[in-house]
Amino acid sequence: MGEAAIELAGVHKEFAVHGERVQAVRRLDLTVAQGEFFSLLGPSGCGKTTTMRMIAGFEEPTGGTVRLDGQDVTGVAPHKRDVNMVFQSYALFPHLTAYENVAFGLERKRVARGEIRKRVGEMLDIVSLTGMDKRAPRELSGGQQQRVALARALVNRPRALLLDEPLGALDLKLRQQMQTELKRIQREVGITFVYVTHDQGEALTMSDRIAVMRAGAIEQLGPPRAIYERPVTRFVAGFIGTSNIIDGTVERVDDGVAVLTYGPGERVLVPTTAAAGTALEVSVRPEKIDLSREQPAGTGCSMLSGVVKDVVYHGTSTNYTVTTAAGPDLVVFDQNARDAEDLAGPGDRVHLTWSPQHSYPIGVS
Amino acid sequence: MRLLRAYTWLVVAWLTLPIVVMIAFGFNDTPGRYNQTWDGFTLKWYGRVFALDDLTRALWISLGIALASMLLAGALGTGIGYALGRFRFRGSGVVNLLMFATMSSPELVMGASLLTLFVSAGVGLGPVTITIAHVMFSISFVAVVVRARVLTLDRSLEEAAADLGASPWTTFWRVTFPLILPAVGSGMLLAFALSIDDFVVTNFTAGTTTTFPLWIWGATRIGLPPQVNVMGTLIFLVGVLIAVVGSVRARRQ
Repeated sequence: MGEAAIELAGVHKEFAVHGERVQAVRRLDLTVAQGEFFSLLGPSGCGKTTTMRMIAGFEEPTGGTVRLDGQDVTGVAPHKRDVNMVFQSYALFPHLTAYENVAFGLERKRVARGEIRKRVGEMLDIVSLTGMDKRAPRELSGGQQQRVALARALVNRPRALLLDEPLGALDLKLRQQMQTELKRIQREVGITFVYVTHDQGEALTMSDRIAVMRAGAIEQLGPPRAIYERPVTRFVAGFIGTSNIIDGTVERVDDGVAVLTYGPGERVLVPTTAAAGTALEVSVRPEKIDLSREQPAGTGCSMLSGVVKDVVYHGTSTNYTVTTAAGPDLVVFDQNARDAEDLAGPGDRVHLTWSPQHSYPIGVS
Repeated sequence: MRLLRAYTWLVVAWLTLPIVVMIAFGFNDTPGRYNQTWDGFTLKWYGRVFALDDLTRALWISLGIALASMLLAGALGTGIGYALGRFRFRGSGVVNLLMFATMSSPELVMGASLLTLFVSAGVGLGPVTITIAHVMFSISFVAVVVRARVLTLDRSLEEAAADLGASPWTTFWRVTFPLILPAVGSGMLLAFALSIDDFVVTNFTAGTTTTFPLWIWGATRIGLPPQVNVMGTLIFLVGVLIAVVGSVRARRQ
């Protein structure tokens, strides 16, 4: 990855709500690389939108520095910042046509008429809106409006494009289609994208890196795979996908693998350097767990037995909830690759196994 | 159901009868001064609409004052309405209250107070003082209409304009103003309508100036000429025309 497109150094933001000071963003340090697809992911109220609005200039940080391409822009008005934003509501100008909407930014920069026509035309082609230029926003479908909003921002070739939950208003099918489309466009134009979302699936699908935010601070930052497979806190494990959290105490450590036991033959193996006697929280993803009705022969695996409490059929997979000796019920996703009569039903005794590398010790949060 | 229909027609009649009478008596072939009994149909008053110099002069003065106060109240009221709808500032609550206070205070009291103010300030009464008075009471109407529109305006539209490089000034003229224009327009029409037929406040602030309503008031004692009905009809028709054009354009959007 190249040099930094966006840098936030010690940025924090306080709001006064009913006379009380509320910390929206706490001392955030963040670097987004040139050309990166970067997501800010978190539940509502976690400070992700405020962070984005500070990059755009709509909010001034209470403290800290915002840099674009190495230049300090803290305190610079939004219309003088070389970033563009796609708003959650699209914010298309209703009194202008699609063409005029897209041309708005270039006109402000006093780009020559012919040049504007050329660039707007190209951009409408890129977002697959060829021939729609004379339409008013209200004559366009939700997905088309979304594309106009995207084109209107991208046509200015900003240093970074900021997207605030841009797919939130679209239905599921269109949303999935636009995810692929957004990624394609981003690769095509090579502009840095900062993407704000509360949808973990969206973030996992599109991002190069994700910052998971909670209560105004970054909880974990990394590529989607790392965030999903190795959540460092209980919050991240719970927020991204479904996760099983098992509590236990390290009994002994064999070759860098800690053993937690819950009865005869009931054990969880975790690769960790924690010493014997340490209390641990272990995260296991539901799809990593193997469920079978026969006692497995495997050694060197985590093994728990339990009783099926609930079975939910999902088409491509079946979700089981299993009560074991290891504490809270465990969730298991099983691909529907086997024959129907093999399926376990509620009340059946089953055996769960998974490899040690699929258990992750998580920090206490 | 039948009751409802009867009720509807009653309301329609209630609203239109006075107007019908006004229009009809503009076509009355009355011989004398009193245009109060029907004496047959004629179009001659339309030919002689500007035959009475005093009345014509009064009409022009009224139109001029109405136009001036419409423009002034429009510009000032739009500014106030925008500020009240968009920003919360020190004293915005007080301004809000003032708007409704001027709309609800009795015209007689307002007129008398304005007279006191002008006299004690040594300002000579005339078209200027009438215009000042009219702007004063119509400004709130414009502000209230514009404020309501600004409140429904998606704030992110202005942010989007700023994001695309528009200065606050450009943002206002290229995005905000076109979107609140219908409200500005109806506020200004309201200001015009309030001004052209105002009698009470005008009577206090006119001095020797005679406006259209003041002339009519003076003439009622010696009988109203049919020209008044003709002028009333013409003003009414212009109003209808503006309303029709407005609603057609609104439907097309």
